[in-house]
Amino acid sequence: MSTLTDKKLPRKSLQDIEGETDLLKKAAKIHSFAQQCRVDIFDMLYKRGNGHWGGSASAAELLSTLYLHFLDTFPDDPRNPDRDRLVLSKGHAAPMLYNILAKKGYFPMEELNTFRDLNSILQGHPCMNKTPGVDISSGPLGHGISVGLGMALAARLQKKKYWTFVIVGEGCLNEGQSWEGIMSVAKFAPPRLVIMVDYNKVQLDGLCSDIMPLDPLSDKFRAFNLNVADKVYDGHDVKEIMKSLEWAKQNERKPSVIIYKTHKGKGVSFMEDNSKWHGSTIDDESYTKGKAELIETLKKLK
Amino acid sequence: MMKYTKQIAMRQTLGEVLLKLGEEIPELVVLDSDVSSSTQTIHFGKKYPNRFFNVGVAEANMVDIAGGMATCGLRPVASAFAIFLTLKGAEQIRNVICYNKLPVILLGGYAGLSDSFDGASHQSITDIAVMRAMPNLNVIVPADSVELIQALEQMIHFDGPSYIRICRNPTPVLFENEEPFKFGKIRKTQEGTDITIAACGVPVYMAMEAADELKAIGISAEVLNVSTIKPIDSETLVNSVRKTGCILTIEEHSIIGGMGSAVAEVLMKNHPVKMDSIGISDTFTSTGPYMELLQKYGISKESIIEKALKLIRV
Repeated sequence: MSTLTDKKLPRKSLQDIEGETDLLKKAAKIHSFAQQCRVDIFDMLYKRGNGHWGGSASAAELLSTLYLHFLDTFPDDPRNPDRDRLVLSKGHAAPMLYNILAKKGYFPMEELNTFRDLNSILQGHPCMNKTPGVDISSGPLGHGISVGLGMALAARLQKKKYWTFVIVGEGCLNEGQSWEGIMSVAKFAPPRLVIMVDYNKVQLDGLCSDIMPLDPLSDKFRAFNLNVADKVYDGHDVKEIMKSLEWAKQNERKPSVIIYKTHKGKGVSFMEDNSKWHGSTIDDESYTKGKAELIETLKKLK
Repeated sequence: MMKYTKQIAMRQTLGEVLLKLGEEIPELVVLDSDVSSSTQTIHFGKKYPNRFFNVGVAEANMVDIAGGMATCGLRPVASAFAIFLTLKGAEQIRNVICYNKLPVILLGGYAGLSDSFDGASHQSITDIAVMRAMPNLNVIVPADSVELIQALEQMIHFDGPSYIRICRNPTPVLFENEEPFKFGKIRKTQEGTDITIAACGVPVYMAMEAADELKAIGISAEVLNVSTIKPIDSETLVNSVRKTGCILTIEEHSIIGGMGSAVAEVLMKNHPVKMDSIGISDTFTSTGPYMELLQKYGISKESIIEKALKLIRV
């Protein structure tokens, strides 16, 4: 088995993606990058014996598109006050975030080998004071919308232009606090605040429709007086995600909500949409089969 | 309470000091949860409407909005009734404010029994215990409105979070012309050799009065105002009991986990002595006038004298 460091992408390959001017080509490159991240974290989670595959794989294209296409970031100066903010409210997708942050150059790729180790800078869930590039600690669900609102209000008050993106999952939206936050977002309505729903419809214990139904989700946000994108975007199609971000830009004067249809565990057929793979250890057989599928897709994308 | 003719409610002071700090510190923002006309943060809201955020009855949400603001250079003060701030907002205080060591001031109003007529559901007798258990969090219980002003002036510049506990009712002004409050330091209001009486918050004046009466019967009590409960001033505590050999604590809080427990934790490791504590025993309190309630639950000068005499005679 190859090690994570073998997979290290040199920084110039990121520049190749980020600097691509042809948007269609750029989307294809980001798509391939996201799939590479899936392969890498699949290896990592198998090796470490724990961590959340399902929710990480679900957010691969969302996070990759944000970091390679939209967010203004400063990997050499992670606390730059003008940076765009990302609140990963579904903090259990940490493996995907860490993988992308490392490739962006926030910390050495080698650190990924220490994920969830004693004294690692990569905690089980994101910790802002241990991991460069993490804008707020997360993991306990339901905090992100309130925290992101605070960041966006601070921008307005200080006349700064940075964006704040909050990525929530169904678990977050089960929490009552999210709806307190949504009410407040509608009331205070700061510019450049985007709530992205990674809507894979599976939560830890099972299908959302069984555990805690959220539909009709767009209508719920609208009833709370928020500006919701008219369509539900495909959260695994980078071109679609780019379009959704363009829509957010056109609506930057007020907060926006974008819902993305995604699949938990995306990329490994027998793990997709299956709550069993929310956070279970990846066994040898599943690893071998899953890895083959992921590589197969990656080859097609390259 | 006759001795202290001047009485001011801490919440009234809060309203005034926030106006002053708001002028000095442009990063200061205030959040409240639909109780601003009670907590008196409303005055800040009227003067600085752009820097005031009334989030409605949603303490958890308020704490996290404050947290998000603090990561972006603002200095938030988040105000609510102590019981709801520290219990409904507990997980947010722990996982967003304290875990990330964010410079937020959490103001718990109407604390202890001071929301007296609203009853047990509104009386905050567990807040010190819960806040004290949070890593990175300073816990401050001013004894009067003077200490409240000084605590706010100091903690607003502190690189980390603080919980400040405030009484609703007018209470004696004790330290108007005294040395200012020092964060992390115990104030010794009276030297003594026979017993140490450690108090915090409103009961500090009761301890001072009790010491006067004990003096009249020949007992020399040392009175400590433990207004910073965390980090606690171990040195002053240990030095005091080394001299007196026993200590009595009094607070307007459950005897489980409050200031008395904090004192016991220090002394059991450093200098165990005879000890007793006054506070609300493990029970729910009731409705009634504030001073009568304090009396009912044994938070009084008389209790201090009674328990002090027992402690000395053991």
